[in-house]
Amino acid sequence: MIGLIASRLAQIGLTLAALSFAAFLLIGLMPGDPIALAIAGDPRLSAEDAARLRALHGLDTPILQRYLAWAASVLSGEFGHSRLFARPVAELLWPALGSTLLLLGVAVLLSAAFGLLLGALAAARPGARALVDATAILAASAPTFWIGILLIILFAVLLGWLPAGGQSEAGGLDAVRFLVLPVATLAIAGLASWARHAASALTEALSSPWIVTARARGASLRRVLWGHALPNAAPPLVTLAALDAGALVGGALVTETVFARPGMGKLLYDAVMGSDLNLALVALLLIGAVTMAATLSADLALRAIDPRLRDAP
Amino acid sequence: MIRAILAVLLLALPAAAQPRETLTIGITQYPATFHPNIESMAAKSYILGFVRRPLTLHGQDWHLACGICETLPTLENGLAVLETTPDGRPGIRVTWRIREGLRWGDGTPVTAEDLRFAWEAGRAFETGFGPAEFYRRAYEFLSSHPREATLRFDRVTFEYASAGDFQPLPAHLERAIWEADRRAYRSRTRYETDTTNPGLWNGPWRIAAVQPGAGVTLEPNPHWNGPAPAFRRIRVLTVENTPALEAQLLSGQIDMIAGELGLPLEQALALQRRAGERFRFHFQPGLIYEHIDLNLDNPILADRRVRQALILSADRAQIVSRLFDGRQPVAHSNVNPLDGVHDANVRQWPFDPARARALLEEAGWRQGPDGIRRNAAGERLVLDFMTTAGNRSREQVQQVLAAGWRQAGIEVRIRNEPPRVFFSETLSRRRYGGLAMFAWISSPESVPRSTLHSDEIPTPERNWSGQNYTGFRHPRMDELLERLPETLRREDRLPLWREVQAIYAEELPAIPLWFRADAHVWPLWLEGVRPTGHLNPSSLWAEEWRPRR
Repeated sequence: MIGLIASRLAQIGLTLAALSFAAFLLIGLMPGDPIALAIAGDPRLSAEDAARLRALHGLDTPILQRYLAWAASVLSGEFGHSRLFARPVAELLWPALGSTLLLLGVAVLLSAAFGLLLGALAAARPGARALVDATAILAASAPTFWIGILLIILFAVLLGWLPAGGQSEAGGLDAVRFLVLPVATLAIAGLASWARHAASALTEALSSPWIVTARARGASLRRVLWGHALPNAAPPLVTLAALDAGALVGGALVTETVFARPGMGKLLYDAVMGSDLNLALVALLLIGAVTMAATLSADLALRAIDPRLRDAP
Repeated sequence: MIRAILAVLLLALPAAAQPRETLTIGITQYPATFHPNIESMAAKSYILGFVRRPLTLHGQDWHLACGICETLPTLENGLAVLETTPDGRPGIRVTWRIREGLRWGDGTPVTAEDLRFAWEAGRAFETGFGPAEFYRRAYEFLSSHPREATLRFDRVTFEYASAGDFQPLPAHLERAIWEADRRAYRSRTRYETDTTNPGLWNGPWRIAAVQPGAGVTLEPNPHWNGPAPAFRRIRVLTVENTPALEAQLLSGQIDMIAGELGLPLEQALALQRRAGERFRFHFQPGLIYEHIDLNLDNPILADRRVRQALILSADRAQIVSRLFDGRQPVAHSNVNPLDGVHDANVRQWPFDPARARALLEEAGWRQGPDGIRRNAAGERLVLDFMTTAGNRSREQVQQVLAAGWRQAGIEVRIRNEPPRVFFSETLSRRRYGGLAMFAWISSPESVPRSTLHSDEIPTPERNWSGQNYTGFRHPRMDELLERLPETLRREDRLPLWREVQAIYAEELPAIPLWFRADAHVWPLWLEGVRPTGHLNPSSLWAEEWRPRR
């Protein structure tokens, strides 16, 4: 087990290094550096100003040299300054991450809980399968922005019960009011995959011989479903949870934009579009690291759940 | 029970009669920096309009006026004096006197030392202020009185009285940070690290809270000595997505949408149709000049008759009427009709397809079998037409124009690009082959040297600076653009301006389309907001905003 963890951590390290280099190149070579954009927007910037500002932002050195300088400073724990927001990267990243974790964490929990319930309903009551499938298809095919706008029109504009977007300044219960609509939007969008995965895994588990035996011995459906079928249906659901973990820190660009809620998705988008290398790279590396760490955790969890996997390489 | 209800009603009555204390404004952009002298950005100008006052500004009548200065310097009042620079060139010495009693939000008086610090920081080019031309020209700072600052310039222009972006910076808070590390000043300034410090602000309000990326909260500056603001709090919220911005307005979360950074015109017009009785709408034509640049290196477009045929077969008035409800004035040159130097008699090209066809025939373009014209060598009259992809309004206009030109026998191939690529690569490196539709923003009586002088054609040698993307070369235009800034008397400049506009309208390096209008949406209870249409936003006069009694 320790060997597995060590080799996977080494893989993660190498992948992150490759990811940072690829991202640095891609963002650095995107057409239009910040000074070119500034020149296009401000007629007063002379050729002399352009050269001065390029030097000031370090854009007059070769890209490889810039990458090495950036990597050295990140390895020494210095994430640098965001060019776009004129603030230290960490100062921008943590509040955005906090907001996103809250938003997506609650949404994932809700979609997992309701998805599991719907999946269990479909598995235990074959008559309800069509209804669950229809609900899942509807949730999967409705675009997030559309769900968001519909919820805003209904609950904020027409009924006036909830805020249309933004963040609470007061905190506490008021903050919960601001969370309801974006969380509902994301939970509806995430519901489909959880429901379908849970339905399929639980249906398969319920048709296993030991479940039939347990039922023949008089065990109730509830006990069989939650006590026996769910642990056996867990592996695909654990994998799904690991995949959701990456999205958890990656943010939800569309939802954050529709609800004017600062978060990782919007921050990363702005950083990439604004060629803010420091910010974009640290955000990307964070998302990559969390996704890979979650996958490793899922693998370890699967080994704990399923003894057959313990001897696998 | 009845007593309890009555008690609640009685408690509620005084609350209902209380004046509104908070105004919540929605805008679509968040400023990248709050430092007044670093980078120019509409969102920053709008927010700083509440919390700072510049030395000079353009008033609501589009004329230069004092912001925090007492009197605008002129040669007549002696505050501007023509002189010779130490190296023998014509120069000018300009003195601004700061209004008495003006204080920063921490009670420290605003003095000439604050202007001296701003000048020193601007002159030290490693500080990283944006355009440095002003600081390059202002070679000496003098002060003989705590409220008096004199700059000596090595060039005399008619704009000598304008301080432009040269604004006082609180030396008592900022100088030590700047002196410690000039290169790092951009990121270490208190405007970024301690934005709510009252000593940074000298306007009617100060920034009391910042929600990065989401908005700012403003509260009155207790040391402001001008008219007292009517609101105890102003919240400026950033909602980048305009449908979301509209939803927040309709749900009552925000009270108004600032026209300077608000809804696109077509969205505002649709909102007015749906909710016109709930809000007041004001459409302010401004300085944003929508036009189509023509690449004059293209041999087809090098022929003036083809350029004239293009404008004659573009029904601009109809487009404005149908797509923009007639709210945007059709442009006949690059000078806005609201600008004092606009020439009302400039040549106006009507929609005249017959004359367009005649001009094309005269230029040797004959009708082909597929309706597209051909020249003597059999080449088809085809031009690339580019604009910013994703801008629905421009894409719609593009379709209408393409249909009109096809009627005249001109085929345009639409090749749009994301704004980032379009502006920073294609336009600025003149990689577009034919037509490029976009907008310019300028200031009142802004000499269009960077867009029309032949020295301003972007080249690698110039670091791609300059905005003469059309490649326009006209000796008389060059001469006028050189003479205009140096002509100090307004009466003497007016004939030069007339000639600039006449050449522009005749030569057509670009096809003028219209001047964009800002859509302001205000609550019915608010009064006193007066949009300008130019770069100085309405927030600079926000102390005049009042809830209707």
